[in-house]
Amino acid sequence: MGQGSMAQTASPAVAVNYNMDVVRWAALATVFWGVVGFLVGDVIAWQLAFPALNFDNEFLNFGRLRPLHTSAVIFAFGGNALLATSFYVVQRTCRTPLYGGTALPAFVFWGYQLFIVMAAIGYVTGTTQGREYAEPEWFVDLWLTLVWVCYLAMFVGTLLKRQEPHIYVANWFYLAFIVTIAMLHLGNNLAIPVSLTGTKSYSMFSGVQDALTQWWYGHNAVGFFLTAGFLGMMYYFIPKRAERPVYSYRLSIIHFWALIFLYIWAGPHHLHYTALPDWAQTLGMTFSIMLWMPSWGGMINGLMTLSGAWDKLRTDPVLRFMVAAVGFYGMSTFEGPVMSIKAVNGLSHYTDWTIGHVHSGALGWVAFVSFGAIYFLIPVLWNRERLYSMRLVSHHFWLATIGIVLYITSMWVSGIMQGLMWRAYDELGFLQYSFIETVEAMHPYYIIRATGGLLFVLGSLLMVWNVYKTIKGDLRNEAPIGTPATVAAE
Amino acid sequence: MLLKKHHIVEKNVFVLILGIFLTIIIGGIVEIVPLFTMEQTIEKVEGVRPYSPLEQAGRNIYIREGCYNCHSQQIRPFRDEVERYGHYSLAAESMYDHPFQWGSKRTGPDLARVGGKYSNDWHVAHMKDPRSVVPESIMPGYPFLAERKLNFDDAQAHLETLRMVGVPYTDEMIETAKADLYLQASEDAAYDDDFLARYPNAATGDFDGKPEELTEMDALIAYLQVLGRMVDFTTYNPQMNLR
Repeated sequence: MGQGSMAQTASPAVAVNYNMDVVRWAALATVFWGVVGFLVGDVIAWQLAFPALNFDNEFLNFGRLRPLHTSAVIFAFGGNALLATSFYVVQRTCRTPLYGGTALPAFVFWGYQLFIVMAAIGYVTGTTQGREYAEPEWFVDLWLTLVWVCYLAMFVGTLLKRQEPHIYVANWFYLAFIVTIAMLHLGNNLAIPVSLTGTKSYSMFSGVQDALTQWWYGHNAVGFFLTAGFLGMMYYFIPKRAERPVYSYRLSIIHFWALIFLYIWAGPHHLHYTALPDWAQTLGMTFSIMLWMPSWGGMINGLMTLSGAWDKLRTDPVLRFMVAAVGFYGMSTFEGPVMSIKAVNGLSHYTDWTIGHVHSGALGWVAFVSFGAIYFLIPVLWNRERLYSMRLVSHHFWLATIGIVLYITSMWVSGIMQGLMWRAYDELGFLQYSFIETVEAMHPYYIIRATGGLLFVLGSLLMVWNVYKTIKGDLRNEAPIGTPATVAAE
Repeated sequence: MLLKKHHIVEKNVFVLILGIFLTIIIGGIVEIVPLFTMEQTIEKVEGVRPYSPLEQAGRNIYIREGCYNCHSQQIRPFRDEVERYGHYSLAAESMYDHPFQWGSKRTGPDLARVGGKYSNDWHVAHMKDPRSVVPESIMPGYPFLAERKLNFDDAQAHLETLRMVGVPYTDEMIETAKADLYLQASEDAAYDDDFLARYPNAATGDFDGKPEELTEMDALIAYLQVLGRMVDFTTYNPQMNLR
C-alpha cells in the first residue's frame, strides 16, 4: 500500500512550508473525541435496555448524557474531522500554508477544544438551553462565535493567497459549511441571559416560531455540518486515494448549488402534524423530496470517481471505508426524503426509526468517511511509509459495518413496530396497547442496538491502536490484502 | 450556458461567498419570517397564561434534566393520539414557552396534557423510583430532586427576562414573584384570590410530601400539573380561527 503517501510527496514542484502541526493535533483530537462520543453513545444505549444503569445519579442519567453523546460525535468528533481535513485540504489544493501564521490556526484549534470542554461540562451539570444539538448556554455560544469567525478568516485568507487559479471543489463545500454554520448558530441561539454572572438564558422566540427556528438550525446542522463539510472530504480524499480524477466537474457544480439551496428549506419536516402551520410543513416536505436529487448527485460523483479503480476496493480497506461511506450516504439520503413524506412521517416520527436513520448517516457516512480520511492522513502527517497494519483497518471496517447493520435494522424494526402499536385498535374499537406495553416491546431491540454500538466502539479502539503504532513508527509484518493469505492474520 | 461562466465563481473567493450566502438565506426567510407576521399562525384561545414562578422554576428543571430527550409535548391530530393523550396541541398553548419543548422522540409518553392525570403522590413516587409504580418503565430515577432545596430566589430576575422576550408578566406578577414562589406550595394558595387571579388553574399546596421545605421536586410537579390545563376545551371552537 502506501501509494497515497507517495502521491503526496510527489506533487509539489516547489516545497511549500505547510502548517501541518494543527492538522496533526486535529487528527488526534478526531480519534480521541470519536472514541469518547461512541462510548457515551453505547452507554446510553445500554441505559435504555437496562434502566438501573442510570444509577439514580444526576450526572449519569440518560437525560444529561444523551446531549453529551450527540454533541461529542457531531461537534467534537465530526468537528475535529472537519478541522483536520479542511486545514489539510485547503493548504494542499491552494499550495500555500494556512493564513494567519501559526497563531490563528492554533487559536482556532484550541479555542474549539475549549468550546467542546465547556459544552460537555454544561451537559453533565445540566447547564443547557434545552434545544437539541444547540444545548450550550449563551456564554459558550459567544465563545464559539469568536472561534468560528477566526476559522472563517483563516479559511478565506488561505483561499485568497492560493497559488492555483481555481478554488478546488472540496473547498466550495468547506466554505459553504463554515458560512452556513455561522448563520445557523447566530440565528438559533438568540437568547437573553438572566444575569451576566449566571449561566441561564431564555430564548428570544417561543413556541411555534422557536420550534421552526430550532429545526431550521437542527436540520441544517445535518445538511451543512454533517453533509456539506464531509462532501468536501469526499471530494478530496476519494480521488486522491483512488488516484482517479473526480467523475464529473459539471455534476459537482450542479449538485453543489442545488444541495445548499434546497437543504435550508427542509427543516419543517421535523414538525409534521404539529402546531406548525400546514403551508410550512408542506413546503418542508416538498423541498425534502427534491433534496434527494442533489444528494444522489454527490453520491454518483463520489462513486463514479472509482471508474477503472474498483479493484482497489478489494485490496485497500482505507478506500473501502470511504466508498462504503458514500454508499451509506446514498442510502440515508434516500431514506430521509421518504421519511419526510407526511404519511410516512405520521408513523415514523417520535419513534426509533428516526434514531436508526440518523445513525445510518452518522455512523455509515460521517464516521466512515472520517475514518478513511484519518487512515489516509496519519502516515502522511507523520511521514510514515504506510499504516502500521492494513489488516487492522480491514478488521475495523468489518466490525463497524456489522455494528451499523445491527444498529439500523434493530431500529427499523423497533421504530416501525412501536409506531404501529401506538395506532393499533382492537376489535371493540379501543386502543390495543397501553404506552408502557409498547416500551416493553422495545427491550430486545435495545439490546441488539447496544450490541451493534459495542462492535462499533471496539472497531474504533482498533483504530486507536493502529494510529498509535503508526505514529510510533512500527510496521506490522503482514501479507498484503488480496494475495492468498498463507499467514494467519491474527 | 451558465456552467461555462462558473469559472468566475471559482476564481473569486468573495463572489463564491456571496453566492453561497444568497443561496442559503432564501429558504429560511421564506419559511420563518411569515410565522412572525401572519396572524393565523397562533390561534386565538382563552386561558393561556404565563407560568407562575414555581411552574417556571419546574420548567427550568425539566430542561436541565433533559426530559425533552424522551418526552414530547406535542399531540398530533390523529385519532389514536387524541384518544391516548387528549385534544391535539394548539400553537397558542406553547406561546409563552421559552424555549419550546415539543420534543422529537417518545421514549416515554407525550406530556403535553399530563397535568391533572396523576396525583402529586404518584409523581413523587414515580420520580424517586419509576419502577415502583410502573414496573416496565425505563425512565431514570430522580430521587435527588426531593432532597434538594429549590434555588429560584431570583425569580424576579427570571420573570423580568421573560418579559423582555415577550411573556406578558405584569408589574404585579414581577413584584410578587418570590412570594408567589413559596405561596404556591403552601396550603394558603388555594384561598388566595389574588394569586389565583394571577395564575388561574395553577395546582397549589405541598407537592412533595415535605411541607416544611420547598424542593426541586415541588417545582417540577407544579409544572407537570399545569401542562395542558390552561385551555378549557369545552369552550374552544376551532371554527373561530378560520378566516
